[in-house]
This record gives sequence, C-alpha cells and structure tokens, in this order.
Amino acid sequence: MAAATASQTIGPYWHLLEDKSWADLTRFGAVGERIVVEGRMRDGDDAPVTDACVEIWQTSPEAEDFPGFGRCATDAEGWFRFTTLKPGPVGGNGNALQAPHLALTIFARGIMIGLRSRIYFAGEALNATDPLLCAIEDAERRASLIAEATVPGVWRRDIRLQGGVAGAPETVFLDL
Amino acid sequence: MSTADRDTTPFRPYAPGTQPPNDAPSYRSTGKRHPGAALVALPHTVTERQGPRFDPRRFPPLLDLSTACGGKALGERIIVSGRVTDEDGRAVARTMIEIWQANASGRYDHPGDQHDAPLDPAFHGAGRVFTDDEGWYQFTTIKPGSYPWRNHHNAWRPNHIHYSYFGPGFATRLITQMYFPGDPLLELDPIFLSIPDRTARERLIARFDLETTAPEWALGYRFDVVLRGRGATPMEG
Ligand SMILES: [Fe+2]
Repeated sequence: MAAATASQTIGPYWHLLEDKSWADLTRFGAVGERIVVEGRMRDGDDAPVTDACVEIWQTSPEAEDFPGFGRCATDAEGWFRFTTLKPGPVGGNGNALQAPHLALTIFARGIMIGLRSRIYFAGEALNATDPLLCAIEDAERRASLIAEATVPGVWRRDIRLQGGVAGAPETVFLDL
Repeated sequence: MSTADRDTTPFRPYAPGTQPPNDAPSYRSTGKRHPGAALVALPHTVTERQGPRFDPRRFPPLLDLSTACGGKALGERIIVSGRVTDEDGRAVARTMIEIWQANASGRYDHPGDQHDAPLDPAFHGAGRVFTDDEGWYQFTTIKPGSYPWRNHHNAWRPNHIHYSYFGPGFATRLITQMYFPGDPLLELDPIFLSIPDRTARERLIARFDLETTAPEWALGYRFDVVLRGRGATPMEG
C-alpha cells in the first residue's frame, strides 16, 4: 500500500483560487450566534505575513446551510477575518467533552506542510477541562490558543508562526 | 451520505520520510515561518475525523482551464487525469480538488507575479473538479511554463500544477504540486527535494499516458494521489 502523498507549499499565488465570500460561513443563510473571528499573523521577525491562506473548520453548531468551513487570505498587514457561528461544546474521546473551538490550518509560501492549530474562546467554563488545553502546561503557550473578545461578538486571536524577537510567544501548533 | 463519510476512526500518522519538514533551509522562505517549538500531539477527535463537504451545486466544477476565459489559451494543451485513494487503496469518492497554475510562458495571472513573461488573456489558471464514485478525476489545461524565483542565484521552478485536496476528514487536507516527467529542473528544486524519501518525491511526478492522450488534440498525463487512511497501519506480512 502506498503512503499518503507528500505535501508541498501552497506558494505565493494561491489567490487564483480565492473567493472572498468563503470567509463568511453564514453566507448561505445559516442562523445562529454570529461572531467575527480575526487576528494578525506575524513571522519570526515580527513581520506581518501577508500572503497566507487561513482555513477554519468546526463541527459545531449543526445548523442548516452552515458549511463549517471557511478560507481567508491575510491582507497587506497580516490580518485575517472570518464571520461564522459561535461553536458549542464538542464531544471528545472517551467521556471527555471539548470546549468550543475552531480548527485552524495555515498554508503559505515558506510553509511546506500546513500548520495546524485551534482557536478557543476566553471565558468558556469548559476551557478548564478541555483535553488539549490541559495537555499544554505552559500558561503563556496555552493562552496562544485562546481568542479574547475585543468588543461583543468580535474575537481576536493573533498567530505567531515562530517565536524570537520581541512580541507574542509562538503559537502552539499541533501534530495531527 | 455513505457510511464512510461518517466513519469516526482516527487517521494514520504520516509514514516516516514521506513529508517535507517545515524547517527546510535550502528553501529560504521557511526561515522565519517554521515553528521553533515541537508540535503538540493531538489525538484525533470528531473535529479532525470529520471534514467539510462541498456540493457541486454550490461549488461548480471548472473542468477546462484552456477555454475558461473564452477563446483558446496559448500553449500545449494537456489532459490530466488520475485517481484519489486512501492508504488502503479505497477510492476517495466525490471529493473536491482545486487546481491552479502558471500559463504556458511561466507567468501567473496574479498581481504578485512580476516575472517578465507575457500574460495570456485567454488563460487565468484556476480550476475545480470532483472525483467520481471510484475516485477518478480529469481536467483539461495547458502545460505550465517554468519560471524564475529568487530563492538563490538562477533559481527556476520546474513545470508544475498546484493542487488542493480535502478528502474525508479535516486531517486528510492536502496541498501539493504535480510535476512533469523528464524535467531537468527537478533535481535542482529545493521545494521538490525537501521531501526526504526519494520514492515519495517521485510520486509527485505525473506520467505520460498514451491511453488518455486524445488523438489530434492533447497529450494525456496521469497523476494519482493517496490521502491518509483510517486506523492502524496494517501489520506487515
Ligand atoms: Fe507555482
């Protein structure tokens, strides 16, 4: 049996595929608690990453006409911005319950295989018992996965591809 | 929806050596874009085991890049086909594949591409195709040209088509590139060479296929792709 095919970088010109409406997961008319999830992406020099492809995926909520999947390009200052529905708790393995989260993949020039992460939401009681959050002992690293509300309905989570010079710590990336 | 779509078995880890590292010094752009810390292992949950579904009624296929802008694109017309399976050889049915590429002169229809090669008004370079029930797909395009990039002195990318696959789960998402047989630039390309295992690398090279070559019309190339399988690796022997 053949092993899974090798990944290659998405490169700088993936925007040929881009449909900006994909950043709005409510575009087909899904009804629910609508939120904005945004953030700014930086590299190991603290420079904005302006050519990345950010994808999110969520299995919750299960709403009609809700694709659960979105894609957004980072802009000239490294910002990405999604409109989606706020996820609820998600069943985990065994008896565990997972805190509300979005799954995240980052593709870009200079990234050979998509970087995986998650976005959690500050203030959720389940964050204290979420299996992934509990597995990350360093509080600062754990915080790199949690979005904060900047104004009601708008959640911000910046992404740091690589720690280094002054600024936020490196985002936790996952081995799936 | 078939039962396979709701399968909740986790996907297998990647086989050693078959995937490129994110820290690949000969590809300069990786320098400030790879994580320094070790990745945190995440046992697959429902989030990773399930994945997005794309309905062709909302995401219409675009199967002929060579005529998508009206008129006929310049260059050597080709037909690319192949099969998408998982690591157990099972068809990945009705999955969406996205395609993008440079034109025959090696120029992308993209504002970021400043290579001094002509744009072709009859060619944009993006397509979308779905596999059938047996995992087969096919599209028509023109052979993309090679193009220079600034990675190192006199660096040229081999001819390639970019691909995006989804598969059955979030964990099966794959972005890759398809190359062409006999390209002398392959052995000089840091992106291609970043894959440690030679066999895994060479599987990214399509093969010329006389069977799908259309007489008086277009050369055929075959490109098969394998997405991660579910469950433990079958025991050897
Ligand atoms: Fe390219």
